[in-house]
Amino acid sequence: MAEHTIGAHEETRRDFLYVATGAVAAVGAACAVWPLIDQMNPSADVLAISSTEVDLGPVEVGQQITVKWRGKPLFVRHRTEADIEEARAVPLEDLKDPQTDAERVEKPEWLVMVGVCTHLGCVPLADQGDFNGWFCPCHGSHYDTSGRIRRGPAPENLTVPGYAFTDDTTIVVG
Amino acid sequence: MESLLNIGIVRWFDNRLPLLSYTQHHMMDYPAPRNLNYAWNFGSLAGLALVIQIVTGIVLAMHYTPHTEMAFDSVERIMRDVNYGWLIRYIHSNGASFFFIVVYLHVFRGLYYGSYKAPREVLWWIGLVILLCMMGTAFMGYVLPWGQMSFWGATVITNLFSAIPLIGTPIVEWLWGGFSVDNPTLNRFYALHYLLPFVIVGLVVLHLWALHHKKSNNPLGIDYKGPQDFIPFHPYYTIKDAFGVGVFLIVFAAFLFYAPNYMGHPDNYIPADPLKTPAHIVPEWYFLPFYAILRAIPDKLGGVIAMGLSIGILFLLPWLDTSRVRSATFRPVFKWFYLLMLIDMGILGYVGSQPAEGDWIWIGQLATAYYFIHFLVLLPLIGWFERPRPLPDSIAKPVLAAGPVPGVGAAHDKA
Amino acid sequence: MMKRFMPAILALSFALPASALAAGDQAHPESRNWSWNGIFGTYDRAQLQRGLEIFTGQCINCHGLKFIHFRDLIQIGLSEDQAEALAEQFEVAGDPDEWGDPTTRPAKLFDRFPDPYRNEEEARALNNGAVPPDLSLMAKARPDGSNYIASLLSDAEYNEGNPTDDGLYHNAYFPGGLIAMAPPLYEGLGVNADGSDASIDEMSDDIAAFLTWTAEPRLEDRKGMGLKVILFLLVLTGLLYVSKRKIWANV
Repeated sequence: MAEHTIGAHEETRRDFLYVATGAVAAVGAACAVWPLIDQMNPSADVLAISSTEVDLGPVEVGQQITVKWRGKPLFVRHRTEADIEEARAVPLEDLKDPQTDAERVEKPEWLVMVGVCTHLGCVPLADQGDFNGWFCPCHGSHYDTSGRIRRGPAPENLTVPGYAFTDDTTIVVG
Repeated sequence: MESLLNIGIVRWFDNRLPLLSYTQHHMMDYPAPRNLNYAWNFGSLAGLALVIQIVTGIVLAMHYTPHTEMAFDSVERIMRDVNYGWLIRYIHSNGASFFFIVVYLHVFRGLYYGSYKAPREVLWWIGLVILLCMMGTAFMGYVLPWGQMSFWGATVITNLFSAIPLIGTPIVEWLWGGFSVDNPTLNRFYALHYLLPFVIVGLVVLHLWALHHKKSNNPLGIDYKGPQDFIPFHPYYTIKDAFGVGVFLIVFAAFLFYAPNYMGHPDNYIPADPLKTPAHIVPEWYFLPFYAILRAIPDKLGGVIAMGLSIGILFLLPWLDTSRVRSATFRPVFKWFYLLMLIDMGILGYVGSQPAEGDWIWIGQLATAYYFIHFLVLLPLIGWFERPRPLPDSIAKPVLAAGPVPGVGAAHDKA
Repeated sequence: MMKRFMPAILALSFALPASALAAGDQAHPESRNWSWNGIFGTYDRAQLQRGLEIFTGQCINCHGLKFIHFRDLIQIGLSEDQAEALAEQFEVAGDPDEWGDPTTRPAKLFDRFPDPYRNEEEARALNNGAVPPDLSLMAKARPDGSNYIASLLSDAEYNEGNPTDDGLYHNAYFPGGLIAMAPPLYEGLGVNADGSDASIDEMSDDIAAFLTWTAEPRLEDRKGMGLKVILFLLVLTGLLYVSKRKIWANV
């Protein structure tokens, strides 16, 4: 009887050793995998140029420029009074992705957005579509003068990136 | 493992594609000689090194640019900007050296215990073909960073083919894709460097197939008599190999983290310059003995042939070694000549690292001559004249004498 | 018997490397006591910054540092503003203007140190035929690189010496013994941590430290991770060994 108890103890101790060894090895393997995953994330040189400076000086009222930011087109539009009025007049309940115009701009006359349709990534065309804003030719999404989705398959408004005015005519995006 | 087969769906799958049964059969139940010592760890370590090289290599390929204008810079970008890029690149560059270290130890183990002898000749051949593929892969991989040693190593080694009479020059230009090592060369080396490791994987499968067909050799070098000579691979050798992996990784990590450039050459941190050869060019350490043999022959074609033969004759080793006894443990004379051969290879390696001038020339020639004499003259003679010590009756017997033996079946139940 | 030979053997074993040296034409670099030596070694940020100061004050006139971006300098303790201010002192190629003509603009954080010359031909023409090498990787591109750089720059004979008729300078540490670069360091160029003028020896160390960092900026990550990995592996291997002993106990 006594002998049996000792044997069982011995058994438990041994099993614990194997489980502990296996667990430590598994933790090591998991740690070793992380660098292999993380290497695919944006590298230091990519992150370093992820902010872009845009000079707004030459952009006339009613004009739009497209600059490259993080490899994507960035729309910078100098809106007319009419554009702004139209954007503000839209009732929120008409919107698929409700957002006021004021939430989408730093200064009302400057609309800065990522020019990538939120449906499947095409570049919408300016001054087209049924809402005087943008129209995506790939699958027919219509955006208004604030870049908000009004009709078509896109689920969200055109993305407004984080940006800041460093002076009256310069913004830094990202 | 076996308990998994009690699950209906697993059994259904295994019945159609016996993945589980195969694993069970070849990695767990495989009957291994019960007396393998730690010299038998290097096979699994070589497999591990291959996996490490393939995994880190695929990752590096995601960041590397195979173009003469950008290759060097892309490697530096990996070292500086890519997340953990420095780690992955150093693992890959040091991993190559460690792959050769464990493979050479694996080969030397085979040479000592006569693992190349009947009935394992084909197993030995496949191993040699793996070694040749490794050399090709390592050579082309070393070209990719496009440093000075990359470029001039590629130039010198590809020029070996120009020694072939008549068609030598056309062959070299075909290899280069031009009139010197240049962008086309770099591109094709990159493609082949990515391909060859998978060829090696295929060869490893054949190597293991041949091994499992004829079963492992063992330190006594005698044939097995019955089931009492074996223990199941799992858990006995899985745990022993795992312990070996731990030790290997510690040594690897010591170099990787504290001397990552120790086995490299400073000149390869200078971008390739086709107009200027470094003062003293040497191949990576694992090629040095062969490089010494190449230089020992004062004739272009002769040197290339000698270098080729230095590996070529190893294919004939099962017949050059005329002794019927496998293990050097029972071969009192061979043992000493084995040691001499090791020293000779060490000398060749050292000579290969030195400039080809002064005393190094005749020392290299002497060592080269001895290398061939060892395999072509001494080995056959020793086999005829040596009186081997008496062989034990069976693998199990000396072990049995040491104490009581639990049944193989008991160990199996545990698994 | 053996005792009688011992001095001779000892003398011989010391003489061997020395004679090997005599055969070559390059003195072996002197070993210095670097802060990053050893398992726990790290860079001395203040020293790297002093090295940067000397580099941008003198070396940059002839040598490139193309693998270093201005943003990288934040790693050695510069603030983002300081790094930006330094970057703005350099002109780099900008986008073409509206007529398609090339332009320049002040460098930004994400730019690399610009090369001092437009191309190799200009470098050669302006330097008596010798092209000043890029220094980013110099500490790894020479045997015993950090010591080599410090030894070469601080060599007393070199710093006092006059050029040969070919415009070359004697330097025992340079391959071949003759270097085209005039002694670049002089008293008053750099300062020590306490603000006093640095000696040529001290400046050489600071430059060598800075160039070691430019060659191996991830050294601290590497050594730090190495310690953890090896400690972990020792524990794991210990456990594996005990497990192995247990499993094999009855064989």
